[in-house]
Amino acid sequence: MSGTKKPHIDIMRSPLGRARGLGAARAGARYWWAQRMSAAALVPLSLWFIASVFHLQGATRDQVAAWLSNPLTIILMISFIIGTFYHMQLGLQIVAEDYVKGEGRRMLLLVITKTTSVLLALVCVVSVLKLGL
Amino acid sequence: MRDVRDALMVARNTDGKLVNRPLSPHMQIYRWPLSMVLSISHRISGVALSAGTVLLAWWLVAAAVSPAAFATVQSFVASPIGLVVLIGWSLALYFHLFSGIRHLVWDAGFGFDQPWYNLSGWAVVVATIAATVVSWVVDLAIW
Repeated sequence: MSGTKKPHIDIMRSPLGRARGLGAARAGARYWWAQRMSAAALVPLSLWFIASVFHLQGATRDQVAAWLSNPLTIILMISFIIGTFYHMQLGLQIVAEDYVKGEGRRMLLLVITKTTSVLLALVCVVSVLKLGL
Repeated sequence: MRDVRDALMVARNTDGKLVNRPLSPHMQIYRWPLSMVLSISHRISGVALSAGTVLLAWWLVAAAVSPAAFATVQSFVASPIGLVVLIGWSLALYFHLFSGIRHLVWDAGFGFDQPWYNLSGWAVVVATIAATVVSWVVDLAIW
């Protein structure tokens, strides 16, 4: 922000022109709802996952494979992975939008976090399927 | 590229002079009430958990690849550094979980009145510490 710097305007646009387009994009409710619903889904899934992690601490690969051989475990695990990375992407998006200055840097960070979230989710899902099926 | 939002921070006063619009005080001005600490911690724990998903991915990929790769992850997790990471991970996850439930209750329209607003905040703190300590005591005792 401008802060204590000498006030100056170096954009040749009227105050109204500068304000236009910076209001609500009218897509906020959908984002908000997605964040809450993924959060609600992650409450039981996280508790299940925490219990699983403690259960599997120090386990061998065969023990993990045996744990994942149950189709219900695979379904819960994939649900947890998709919910986690979806919720994570939404959360990182709002953090970037709130704190990162500059349209270009913000856009770049959003593309990077979104791509990374999708790729990590895919990596996790494929690993679960490879081990479990 | 210049952030057009910055341009909105400059305006003209009634004399037609360019002035910076007033900003709300920054963090060091406030006395850090519980609600503020928890709100900031919720975001920080969320970002920390995002970093923690890399460990989850590593663990799953290693399990899918080979027994040797999986043994490497398990030995890292059991090492002192791994243990610190895992304790930090469980602390962040429990906090984000309990604090998130508090947020969902608010979103449903409840819990904004005193004393519930502050009580629920302390409940999150106590539940986080209790869950983390109990989990690790049980885990280390059994393991």
